Amino acid sequence: MSLPGLLPELEVIRKDFPILQRTVSEGRPLVYLDSANTSQKPQVVIDAMVDHLERHNANIARAMHTLGAEATEAFEGARDKVAGFIHAPDRHEVVFTKNATEAINLVANALAWARGPLQLGEGDEILITEMEHHSNIVPWQLLAERTGARLRWFGLTDEGQLDLSGIDELINERTRVVSLTWVSNMLGTVNPVADIAARARAQGALVVLDASQAVPQLPVDVDAVGADFVAFTGHKMLGPTGIGVLWGRTAVFEQLPPFLGGGEMIATVTMERSTYAGLPHRFEAGTPPIVEAVGLGAAVDYLRAVGMDAVHAHEQAITAYALEGLASVPGLTVLGPRQATERGGAIAFELAGVHPHDVAQVLDTRGVAVRAGHHCAKPAHARYGVQSSTRMSSYLYTTPAEIDALVESLHYTRDYFKVG
Amino acid sequence: MSAVSSQLDALYQEIILDHYKNPLHRGLREPFGAEVHHVNPTCGDEVTLRVHLDDGRVEDVSYQALGCSISQAAASVMADLVIGKPVTEAMAVHQEFLTLMQGKGQVEPDEEVLEDGIAFAGVAKFPARVKCALLPWMAFKDACAQALQTDSLKEDAR
Repeated sequence: MSLPGLLPELEVIRKDFPILQRTVSEGRPLVYLDSANTSQKPQVVIDAMVDHLERHNANIARAMHTLGAEATEAFEGARDKVAGFIHAPDRHEVVFTKNATEAINLVANALAWARGPLQLGEGDEILITEMEHHSNIVPWQLLAERTGARLRWFGLTDEGQLDLSGIDELINERTRVVSLTWVSNMLGTVNPVADIAARARAQGALVVLDASQAVPQLPVDVDAVGADFVAFTGHKMLGPTGIGVLWGRTAVFEQLPPFLGGGEMIATVTMERSTYAGLPHRFEAGTPPIVEAVGLGAAVDYLRAVGMDAVHAHEQAITAYALEGLASVPGLTVLGPRQATERGGAIAFELAGVHPHDVAQVLDTRGVAVRAGHHCAKPAHARYGVQSSTRMSSYLYTTPAEIDALVESLHYTRDYFKVG
Repeated sequence: MSAVSSQLDALYQEIILDHYKNPLHRGLREPFGAEVHHVNPTCGDEVTLRVHLDDGRVEDVSYQALGCSISQAAASVMADLVIGKPVTEAMAVHQEFLTLMQGKGQVEPDEEVLEDGIAFAGVAKFPARVKCALLPWMAFKDACAQALQTDSLKEDAR
């Protein structure tokens, strides 16, 4: 089947992902629809990591030998690739972390310790949204508790969009931080982040974007979007686990106190005190995830070769096709926007009469891998009176035939549980 | 029968689906000696459970549960099994069920002790679902411990 927008080389791309060749559940082909949870990895990423470990492994920036130089070059080369991929004005603004959660915690913790212009206190406000992943809620709750600042949030409309009706009141002269997701991992909603960022910055607030679901799917320009910090993770964009990214504007980054202290983040250390390295090393204490960075660099090369416009068009085509297919299942309700153009590739839904765990279990026996539960977004579920949901999420290797398999398996699930 | 449904049928025994659709002893009732709220943080399943003990016997177990068929059915089967039993005997059934669930599908269930609970033998082969089946049982154990503690405090106060 061919849909407008589908990647023309889809079958070639699928061959790049060895795991897609395997079978599950008594010989059935794997239908992997859990990419918003973690994406699969192309052979080039696996090979880049193996090659690094086989031929170039050494610690970076401190080993005075050939391998040390090669490893440093590979690690810093990955930083260049990531910086280019997200259009960072300066490579030094790209800090490697463990994941997006650590990236957001880095900002929130450093702000808790900040003195001077960035210091928060009573009377200040932190603004988030009701559709955030727990990793973009809890760090701000902690910051509010630690500083006396007040935590506020945008509510959601019945259609799954941010409720911006109170924006003039919510973003005000007391607002110090606005942190929100670019693309929701549960509702799929693509938020008007550039508009919100502009309004927040006009009030002097810092803007933090959780781009964990955006960077894998959309062409991203961190400077143009107007954020101060952008956090995302490697494993959702074809890279390995264990590596995330925090991009931050130099002028803001330089005002933040250190997060973790240790080796490689210092300029000099005496027993009494230390001085700190410049960006980005100041925020990369200890031996970083080196081979993971190399893998992420290879993932970025792969995505650039396919082209992010093409990846996005594919995602849109598959999402529209999936929304159409899901609508054919009686008793199925999609959470979030119903138009593909307003959303990303994660689609959460309810199936009347069957609990999401049971849906996922039946689908698994048919080779279809989806996620079931609250997707680390309990407040968003509560907003819609839903305890948990089933979520399918596609990526650049997803085919229309896989969506057909999902839809057919959902019909089977209803039959199995004798609903309707 | 296709391979898919035989694999699924091992998990979703008819008894489990029956209890899921028509749960026994559901609702929250008075009187009760302790009420607990247990959550499975990874999936969000939750149960609020009350026990009423009297003279070392389980007089009533009442509950409200939100969750999948396995956790819902487990609450129903458990309540039906333990109501009317001496607490010590109910705890022995609890232990038997725990052993079955942790047996990775290798433990032969004792129908004399577990009655409808043997239907959960297949669940033990699905590691991700064991916690679903155990949620109400863990809540029950916790509630009993709290109720007994409250009773002994009252004894001490006399």
